[in-house]
Amino acid sequence: MKVHHPTTLDEALAAVEAGAVPLAGGTDLMVEVNFGHIRPDHVVGLRRIGELSSWEDRRIGAMVTWRTVETKGPKAYAEAARTVGSPQIRNAGTIGGNLGTASPAGDGHPFLAAVDAGVELVSRRGRRVLAWSDFFTGVKRTARQPEELITAVVLPERLPMRHAFGKVGVRNAMVIATVCAVVTRDEDGATTAAFGSVAPTPIRAPRAEEMISAEPKPTESALAEFQRLVSEEVQPITDHRSTEAYRRHAAGVLARRLLERCLR
Amino acid sequence: MTLLVTRRSGVTDGVGESPLRPDGIPKLKGEFTYAQDLTAEGMLWGATTRSPHPHARILSVDISPALAIGGVHAVLTSADVPGRPTFGLEHPDQPVLASDVVRFWGEPVAVVAAEDEDTARRAAAAVQVEYETLTPLTDPEEADRIDSVFRRMRVRRGDPKISGPVVVEGFYEVGMQDQAPLGTEAGLAVPDGHGGVDLYATSQFVHVDQEQIVASLGLRSDQVRSHPSGIGGAFGAREDVNLHIHLCLLALHTGQPVKMVYHRSESFTGHVHRHPARMWYRHHADREGRLLRVEARIILDGGAYASTTAAVLANACYFAVGPYRCDSVSVDGAGTRTNNPPCGAMRGFGAVQSCFAYETQMDRLAAALGMNPLDLRRRNALHTGDPMPTTGQLIETPLPTVEVIDSLAAIPLPDPSDDDPLPGGSGLTTEPRHVVRGVGYAVGIKNLGFSEGFDDYAQARVRMTPRGLVVETAAVEVGQGLVTVLAQIARSAFGVSTAEVRNVDTSRIDSAGSTSASRQTQVSGGATHAAATRLRDRILEHFDADDLDDEGVRSGDRIIATWDEVTATVWEETVTFRHPPTSPPDPDGQGVVHADFAVAAHRAVVDVDPELGLVRVVRVDTAQDVGKALNPESVRGQIEGGIVQGVGLAVMEELILDEGVIRNPNFTDYLLPTILDAPEVEALLVEQDGSWGPFGAKGVGEPPTISSTAAIAAAIRAATGKPINRVPVRPQDIAL
Repeated sequence: MKVHHPTTLDEALAAVEAGAVPLAGGTDLMVEVNFGHIRPDHVVGLRRIGELSSWEDRRIGAMVTWRTVETKGPKAYAEAARTVGSPQIRNAGTIGGNLGTASPAGDGHPFLAAVDAGVELVSRRGRRVLAWSDFFTGVKRTARQPEELITAVVLPERLPMRHAFGKVGVRNAMVIATVCAVVTRDEDGATTAAFGSVAPTPIRAPRAEEMISAEPKPTESALAEFQRLVSEEVQPITDHRSTEAYRRHAAGVLARRLLERCLR
Repeated sequence: MTLLVTRRSGVTDGVGESPLRPDGIPKLKGEFTYAQDLTAEGMLWGATTRSPHPHARILSVDISPALAIGGVHAVLTSADVPGRPTFGLEHPDQPVLASDVVRFWGEPVAVVAAEDEDTARRAAAAVQVEYETLTPLTDPEEADRIDSVFRRMRVRRGDPKISGPVVVEGFYEVGMQDQAPLGTEAGLAVPDGHGGVDLYATSQFVHVDQEQIVASLGLRSDQVRSHPSGIGGAFGAREDVNLHIHLCLLALHTGQPVKMVYHRSESFTGHVHRHPARMWYRHHADREGRLLRVEARIILDGGAYASTTAAVLANACYFAVGPYRCDSVSVDGAGTRTNNPPCGAMRGFGAVQSCFAYETQMDRLAAALGMNPLDLRRRNALHTGDPMPTTGQLIETPLPTVEVIDSLAAIPLPDPSDDDPLPGGSGLTTEPRHVVRGVGYAVGIKNLGFSEGFDDYAQARVRMTPRGLVVETAAVEVGQGLVTVLAQIARSAFGVSTAEVRNVDTSRIDSAGSTSASRQTQVSGGATHAAATRLRDRILEHFDADDLDDEGVRSGDRIIATWDEVTATVWEETVTFRHPPTSPPDPDGQGVVHADFAVAAHRAVVDVDPELGLVRVVRVDTAQDVGKALNPESVRGQIEGGIVQGVGLAVMEELILDEGVIRNPNFTDYLLPTILDAPEVEALLVEQDGSWGPFGAKGVGEPPTISSTAAIAAAIRAATGKPINRVPVRPQDIAL
């Protein structure tokens, strides 16, 4: 196996263009290697590229670790970061790696979806920023081209006033989400609700959002309707982790609770 | 409640104390040598080709693509097994390597040895096996119907016509738990250059491994030596052979040492699991709550091969009523043969499954009678001198059922506090207003030691040296503290403060039996006690002394001979200890089938978020019948660990099967409790005289897991009002 340790983005991009598999924190890639699912013969490690670990205002470098997000991220993003794996995993795993893997259960995705963040991709031919919804294309599939690297997450100019994250899992820590969600609420009542583990990609619940955004002071029945619409709009499956029925139910309950948290 | 064990004056670190374990600091510092860490010069690595189907006919095996890989030294199939082609703890029904048919997902078909681990795994994957898939039998009830069973159990006692007036019925299920020891299966086989082999591998019972290796290799017994090795947890998973014969085959075939370490996912298919259970129950009681009759039907799925299914099923049936008096009992059990993964020994060994059912029944009965659940249990509690409700065996050793219930009930219940961790944990799903607290109780009983006429013995050798006592044994330390307690027993029985335990291989001492069935402290401890006592007596007699201590042998105040002088000649004693004899059951399941019993009671406090179905086990308190606590710290360690394993079975640990295929053979999805899931534990050790173990000790390893699961399920039931007739309890079982 050939391993590159470039210190500049240009070197890394050259390696990726030559077919190298990008290695960020390794918390997904090495699991795949250990299980024998992949045997990359060319790997490019990204950790020594300083610019990828920088965090400037609303541009967060792809090599920023979950531990860093946990300590200095926006509230709901930090709450999500706190649920990623164990402390060891959070010290190694990165937000770019999480996006590259694009697991439907990725804990960081709902925040990006809820605030309409973008994903910055760079190749030797140029730089582009994709909306989150264009970036995720399916289960562990993204719009990243083979010669591109994920270089940053780009947050919107202004975050909603309130936002909250929650994750339902069978264990009280270190667990793959059965459902995870972020709900945001702005001063004008504009509400977003984004979910993980209930569809092939992170998704929003537009009908629920529209309904509740029109309620300046949501009543008990409006909250119940919001919950019901969320349960209807998510598209979960039954697998070895949970059932479709429970995921629908839990997504609705969780969204309503997160909204209540935003409203307080 | 805790009584101190009588100590020999002047002995430090004897029984009743909690000396540091000799392996503790090396383990904490990462310096302990586990089986995974073994190396030898010129060592090859082994790997296993496994079936991707739960049931298939093998049409052909082509090893040439594997042999063509550079660095591969051997690729072996069933044709290369020189002796008995099968192995098994009770019945040798499992192929060393499958030849014509594979019967479970992950069954070994070929093994390879190569110069490094990666090459070995690639070669194992390169073996070309052509299969014709067959329909797997995966439903244990279907297996029962078509009589695909390893054993049927029939227990009949008392008048079968007794019924009511109060009757409760229920159906209960227990999922497939895994022992999930942190150390995976590992071993190193070293050829001796004369056609024999030394094996160092993860095991709970080196002598029974050795017998099976000898049979399959077609060697003389003296040509195979099995050595106790460094074990990172066992819980029953290491009673059966898995990589042992493979390693010896590869080592003898290549003439080089061969090492193998299972990956985590391979470990989940490479060892047996706890039997999943389906249980139908009917309890009859009078209006005062006295049990009149208990009827049960129990199906345990044994999976593809026999392993210990027959014994586990028997235990589930023998303890089907629990620690309660009842004079009319009918139990029918089946241990089914399917194409699911083989199941065998796991901590609790059948008693866990039926405890969940009978304790749920007891709670339902209490509800039907409007009785306090603890009062119902006290009213029916089994005492010393009573017949076992199932077998009729008179209980002759102390059985403090009421004492453990009363001790537990006396532990104050905590008030809810703002500091209590919430259900959902770091997921931030739940606020205090979403939480309902439930409290549940359960009491469990299990046998100690082997049963049904098995010749259960252990040999130990005690030698006095200038540096103190040496205890030699083949009893395996799996992390539970055996090497600590055997040294304590030797010190107290002999009368000096220095003792160490040395593990020796199968050629140098007779069997110690398995490190299982909560038995080693009693059985190997009994052998150590007897050997040390006899050695002391012989030395005192030889020197005409009336006492001995750390200085030497004494007559009154005077040292007659120092230990340096005494040990100028060899002083050692070897003893084989047997526990009270047992016998097989009669056709109605009656007889003296067990050697000893222990009871424990658990009270679980569980916070539940009913709307999301999430739980946080706040605390599990317990009172346990321990005979005498020879090492109170180790006993508490067993209790806390056993309770956390009980938490796992109650709320998260389950292998999910899909037509015989394990869907979650990894720690991503087979969830073990983390520290954020572990409850606070207060443990009361209930001590009584009269057990046959050394200094009155009883085994303590299994009782913590018998009823902790049932208590947690009862607490969830109390909080939610849901039936909770299945463990692990899943969020959807509560929320939907």
